[in-house]
Order: sequence, then C-alpha cells, then structure tokens
Amino acid sequence: MMRRFALIAVPYLWLLLLFLVPFVIVLKISLSDTALAIPPYTPTLDWAEGLGSFFSQLDFENFIWLTQDDLYWRAYLSSLVIALVSTALTLMIGYPMAYGMARAPEEWRPTLMMLVILPFWTSFLIRVYAWMGILSNEGFLNQFLLWIGVIDTPLTILNTNTAVYIGIVYTYLPFMILPIYAALDRMDGSLIEAAEDLGCSRLSAFWLVTVPLSRNGIIAGCFLVFIPALGEFVIPSLLGGSGTLMIGKVLWEEFFSNRDWPVASAVAVVLLLILVVPIVLFQRNQQKQSEAET
Amino acid sequence: MMRLSWFNVVSLTLGFVFLYLPMVILVIFSFNESKLVTVWAGFSTKWYGELLQNEAFLNAAWVTLKVAVMSSTLATALGTMAAYVLVRGGRFFGRTLFSGMIYAPLVMPEVITGLSLLLLFIGIGLDRGVMTIVLAHTTFSMCYVSVVVSSRLVTFDRSLEEAALDLGCSPAEAFRLVTLPIIAPAVISGWLLAFTLSLDDLVIASFTSGPSATTLPIKIFSAVRLGVSPEINALSTLMIGIVTVGVIAASLVSKQSMIRQKREEQQAARAQ
Repeated sequence: MMRRFALIAVPYLWLLLLFLVPFVIVLKISLSDTALAIPPYTPTLDWAEGLGSFFSQLDFENFIWLTQDDLYWRAYLSSLVIALVSTALTLMIGYPMAYGMARAPEEWRPTLMMLVILPFWTSFLIRVYAWMGILSNEGFLNQFLLWIGVIDTPLTILNTNTAVYIGIVYTYLPFMILPIYAALDRMDGSLIEAAEDLGCSRLSAFWLVTVPLSRNGIIAGCFLVFIPALGEFVIPSLLGGSGTLMIGKVLWEEFFSNRDWPVASAVAVVLLLILVVPIVLFQRNQQKQSEAET
Repeated sequence: MMRLSWFNVVSLTLGFVFLYLPMVILVIFSFNESKLVTVWAGFSTKWYGELLQNEAFLNAAWVTLKVAVMSSTLATALGTMAAYVLVRGGRFFGRTLFSGMIYAPLVMPEVITGLSLLLLFIGIGLDRGVMTIVLAHTTFSMCYVSVVVSSRLVTFDRSLEEAALDLGCSPAEAFRLVTLPIIAPAVISGWLLAFTLSLDDLVIASFTSGPSATTLPIKIFSAVRLGVSPEINALSTLMIGIVTVGVIAASLVSKQSMIRQKREEQQAARAQ
C-alpha cells in the first residue's frame, strides 16, 4: 500500500510543483504591477498575507494594456494566420508523401519511415539554420534561379514571412506525415477495389474512400503542426524579418529585452487561452481514435 | 498488391529531396575552404580544427551533455512511474488532473513553459544554472517518456503479471522480473527521446539557465543570429552525423530483437 502511494505521489508531486505551480505564478504575475526592480515586478508572491489580500492585489492593467497597444493584437492575429497557412501547406506536401509511403512495397516501408523520422531526431535549430544559407540573397536558391535564368535579380526571401512558412513546413513535415501514414496503413485495400469494381474512377475512389478513411490522421497531423507553430519562436527569429510578427517572439522580447515580466506573463496567459480550443479538440480526436481501435 | 503510380513516385522523391537537400548542402559546405559560406573554394577540414579549439563551444557541449544525461535519466524514472500509475494504477484521488498534467506539457508552447519555470525558480530563490535546466528538462521530457511507455503497457498481456503474482512473486518482483523486461524497449526509446529533446532544446534552456551554464543550442543560437558561419556548419555536420549513426544503429538493434522475439515465439508455438 505504501509502495503504491509512493509510486503515485512522486511523479504527481513533481508535476504539481514544476508544472502547475509555475502556471499559477505566471497568472499571478500577469496581474501584478511592473516595477523597475529586481525581480522587475511587484508585489512578489506574498502568500503569508492571506487569500484576502491576494485577491485585492490583483489588477487587470496588463491585460488592458494588451488590448490598447495594437502590437499585441496584430501579433496574435498574424501568428494565427501564419500557423493556419503553414498547416495547410504542410498538409498539401505531407499527404501525397504519406499516401506514396502507404502504397510503396512492403519491404520499402521501414526504410521510408526511418527517412521521415530521422530529421525529427536531428537538432531543430540546425534544420532551421540550414535554410539561412539557402534563402539568403547570395544563397543557393538565388544562385540556382539566376543560373537557370528564371530571374535576373536575386529574390529577397530570407527575413520575410515566406521564409517563415518554408521553415515551419520543413521542420513540422514529419509530424504531418506520420499520423496520416498510420491511418492510411491501417486502411483495408479491398475497399478501394470494391469502389473501383462498383464503377468509381480512381480519382473519385481516392476522394470518396481514401480521404474520408484517413480523416483522423489528417486531423491529428494538422493539430500537431498548428499547435506548436502558433507559439513558435526559433523560426520567426532566425528566418523572419522585422516585419514578421509572431507572439512567441513578442513574448521573448518582452521578457528578455524590455524586461517587462508582468506583460510577458499576460501575453503567455492570452496565448494559452487561444490554444485551449485546438488542444481540447485534438485530445477529443485522439480519444475517439483510441476508442474506435479498441 | 497496390502499385506505385507515377504521382506517388514523384511526390515521394520531391518530398525527400525537400527534407534532405538543406542538410546535404550544410554538410558539403562545412568542408569549404572559404569563409564565404556560399562560394565553393576547395576542400578543407580547417573549420573542424577551429571548432575543436573553440573552448566556449567545447564547454557548452560538455554542459549540454551533462544536462541531457541527468535529465533524461530522471525523466525516464519519473515517466515510467507515471505511465505505470496511469495504465495500472486504477482509480485514485486527482487522476484526471494527473493525466492532464502528463499530456499538457506535450502541447505547451516552449516559451510559456520556460517563462513559468523561470518565475518559479526566482520565486523560490533557486540560483539558475545546470540544476535548474535539469529540473526544467526533466519536467517536460518525463511526459514524452510516459506517453511512449504507456503505449507499450497498454498492449501487453496482463495475465503474465498475474501469473507471476500467483506463482508467489511480490508485486515488486513481478515488476522487476516480468513487466520491466517486456517494456524495456519502450523505456530505452523513452530515454533516447528525452536525451535528444534535452540536447535540442533552446527556448526552455534560455529561460532557465544562468550566466554560469550555457548550453550548446544557446551558444549556436547567439552565433547563428549574426549569420551563417562555416564553423557552425562544421558543428552541425558533427551533430547530424552522430544522430544518423545513432538512429540507424538503434533501428538495426530493434529489428534484430524483433526477429529474435519472433523466432522464440515460433519455437514456443512448436513446442506446444
């Protein structure tokens, strides 16, 4: 009995202390005043004064500030747009790849799987960095396009939103391919044959049978790309330019450059509120899928 | 048997070119003589030599390795416990909250995790350094470990454990002698996952590290912000090489153990 208690208590307490409590602190600090001090906010966590004063000290100044300065609105909005567009692009590239993998001969599949997973194990930072050399004005893409004569002046791609889209699609592509491949792999091939026997063309069999049956994989893949892309920091700060507004970058700068911790905390709280909807939808999709399997 | 159409072949080829070309270019240009990273000036390994003399990078690599070993080991222990509790623990007070806390860090933006942990460390007056990065990395990677391990626990035959208990094992012995050997591959891949996540992490480490502890990603990020450099290309090539060898070795080992397992199962079936 003691052992069971310890088994539950140790990871439970760990997560309470290092996951839940920090969030309460973020929430609390987002409701405190900014101050020029170290640490740069007031009041500090003063639990001793009791719950009454805890609530009386709260003020929503930072959240009101977020609505007044249009920087934050535009950052949230443009993060949403960037995350949505890049999710759609990733799906457009990832689906045909997953489909090709599912139709490849059985003995190739483990190798193809490994080729998709391998980039996932290599450093994220390095994969983003690799694009800096490709997309810059003297970069390989421009050299190549100049050489084949499509353009006569180099295109500016690095430090624009286009580079951010490329970066997101590139780094999150495996997350899109794997769940779709898993769904397609489970699919019964005879269903397609049945559809074709019953007079479907190959294309309409694809749209009427294959795509609906891989729906759960598509949904899972889209969320796995959309959710991290929304709060992305590394890609917009390395590939994006001064015009690229993404909320992860704003939070980082608010914290490290402006040292405005209460506002940074408020930015985090609002980002979390935006993410609750897709996260809950994602969990529900996963649950439905695992129920359907059992 | 389905056939690959030309469309499948083209999309697979283009897709894999897209995934691998940037890294291939990076690797090739790490052997470039010239400081200009986009102009080829002949083969040279001088950037690797300079890298090995760069003490700041070597120190950062050492810190990163220490953090990764400690945090992935801790995370594997905690994550396996959490998985066992979730799959086998039955009902207990606050189970929903517990499973929520296991899954939430997987989808949490890194900037928020980093910020919240930093505010905690400052709130309780903990000096930031190697220790705080280890705590932070353990927290998010234990959740990945627990997902990997629990997916293995769900699929395995519970009657094996029950048989061990019936034959006089204590629950601890049953776990050590029956459960652990069966879930071992998942535990190992959980550890590897935690290890790579820790090696790779820039954002959370930036928030939770102090001036005394700079990890390799932090170092790379500050160098890369200034532009592409051949030294970073060399470093990246080394890292890509290590990962590639590791992943291929791991997949060969797991393939072999799968073949062995299949053979044993066949022999067992024949013996019956």
